[in-house]
Amino acid sequence: MNDVLAVLEQRERTLRKVSNEVVTGARRLADALGQGGGGARVDALVIAAGTVAGADQLGGFGADKVITLTNPAFGHYAPEGHARVIADRAKAGGYGAVVFAASATGRDLAPRVAARLGVPLAQDITDIAVEGGAVTVVHPVYAGRALLKLKLTARPAIVSLRPNVFTAVQRPRAGSAETAAVDAPVGRVVVTGIKHAAAGALDVAEAAIVISGGRGLREPANFKLLEQLAAAFGGRAAVGASRAVVDAGWRAHADQVGQTGKTVSPTLYIAVGISGAIQHLAGMRTSKVIVAINKDRDAPIFKVADYGVVGDLFEVVPKLTEEIKKLHG
Amino acid sequence: MKIAVCVKRVPDSETRVKIASDGKSLDEAGVKFILNPYDEFAVEEALRRREHAGAGEVVIVSLGPPAAQETIRTALAMGADRGILLQADRVPADGLEVARALGAELKAGAYDLVLFGKMAIDDYNHQVGPMVAELLDLPCVTAIAHLEIAGGKGTAEREIEGGVEVVEFPLPAVLTTDKGLNEPRYPALKGIMAAKKKPLEVKPTALGAGSLEVLALSPPPQRKDGRVVGEGSAAVPELLRLLRDEAKVL
Repeated sequence: MNDVLAVLEQRERTLRKVSNEVVTGARRLADALGQGGGGARVDALVIAAGTVAGADQLGGFGADKVITLTNPAFGHYAPEGHARVIADRAKAGGYGAVVFAASATGRDLAPRVAARLGVPLAQDITDIAVEGGAVTVVHPVYAGRALLKLKLTARPAIVSLRPNVFTAVQRPRAGSAETAAVDAPVGRVVVTGIKHAAAGALDVAEAAIVISGGRGLREPANFKLLEQLAAAFGGRAAVGASRAVVDAGWRAHADQVGQTGKTVSPTLYIAVGISGAIQHLAGMRTSKVIVAINKDRDAPIFKVADYGVVGDLFEVVPKLTEEIKKLHG
Repeated sequence: MKIAVCVKRVPDSETRVKIASDGKSLDEAGVKFILNPYDEFAVEEALRRREHAGAGEVVIVSLGPPAAQETIRTALAMGADRGILLQADRVPADGLEVARALGAELKAGAYDLVLFGKMAIDDYNHQVGPMVAELLDLPCVTAIAHLEIAGGKGTAEREIEGGVEVVEFPLPAVLTTDKGLNEPRYPALKGIMAAKKKPLEVKPTALGAGSLEVLALSPPPQRKDGRVVGEGSAAVPELLRLLRDEAKVL
């Protein structure tokens, strides 16, 4: 009853990076749950059309067993099928907790599973612990201006982890693997395809480094400066945008950071020409390190920035790009 | 087409956040409340569907305190036909309890389409819509930014990391709406006047306590006071040094 089921994500039969974080979070929770005696296991669950690349690596992040359940119908995310398979598994395995990623898929799937099991869900959490045998979580509310601490008094405790918060940690276990075919119910909701963004483009919600631009960039073409800076970081950085420039049509909504966009928690967030409205801060204030580049010394962004540079972004950003390039040789 | 739109009364995101003396909730004194911005996309979409069909009914359903009547009136002012308030003294933290109460009401209404905002900007819960769908055994697509409906079938698009998922589903269905779906209209003065006379049914509702207990509401940890490293491009070498040696992120 203390074991934890970690629900992983794959696309095109390759495990998504956020899955390592889910296993890491699940391991942490299992260790806390098992402390009363007997320990607790982490079973990592992958649902796919066939075997999934990377699944055998999960023992390294603390999974005791990797269970791959396959059906040709699971080429794409099948909301109803996935929900049923996970809920059935959670029930059969008598798990004490089920852990998802608070990704686009996890946020869709976790409530379905919780409702099927008739237990509550704590979505998009940034911390997890066990107190007096019960799972407690922290969840940012009111645009990140307050933290809600919740106790889940039903089992299994269902949670989804905010991406990039539970940094994947190597915790090698002698993980075993098991692959089995599973029945897929005929779902009414069918994903017929995925339109891809630019190949290789990293999503702002999952990038380790996010460089966001605002109105200070003056025109859409100037985002090239941020793209060059992102490229200098060698594939770890994504370019984000403030609401103002998304509403003006300069950048896609998928890139928007803030209350009506994405919530990001990268290791490094660089805000360029962004004043720092409350709605923007809501989307990035849990970043580990924040850098602001703005010509207005009184801009609110400097209040949350660990490091600020007051100045003309058209001079500062190219210089920064040049120096980062040198650093990465 | 009969469409239900579930809306929530939430504090304006610009509002001051002060924690009440119980240490578990928001001090509502002086707080301005608004219609949850994501729900505006849902209301707008419902109105467009009705206008496009030239017939149908848009019903606004909310669960909340008596003051949520104002929130419903805002949606009625945008053009919805009538409202239902499931009046509860307190809304539990457990989204499943909210889903159960809404689900019971929605089931009785036999709607072709049930719309929610993808999340509420107060609790960031992202869950009541899909939970209602599960409880009512209805097809559900969440966080949609594009929608087409024809002949009892729908096609929606939803943003995922690095792309857009294209999803097909039959009606009746539950959908939750994201930014980008449409541009919500502002209520016109005529609409605001008309909304005052539109029917709004208040139903006292008892909710279960749920299994999510609020232990505390607290301010986020203060970020260490930031510092201005310098001015202009001359500050870049020092910035890099700090990022590398002090913050250790490079």
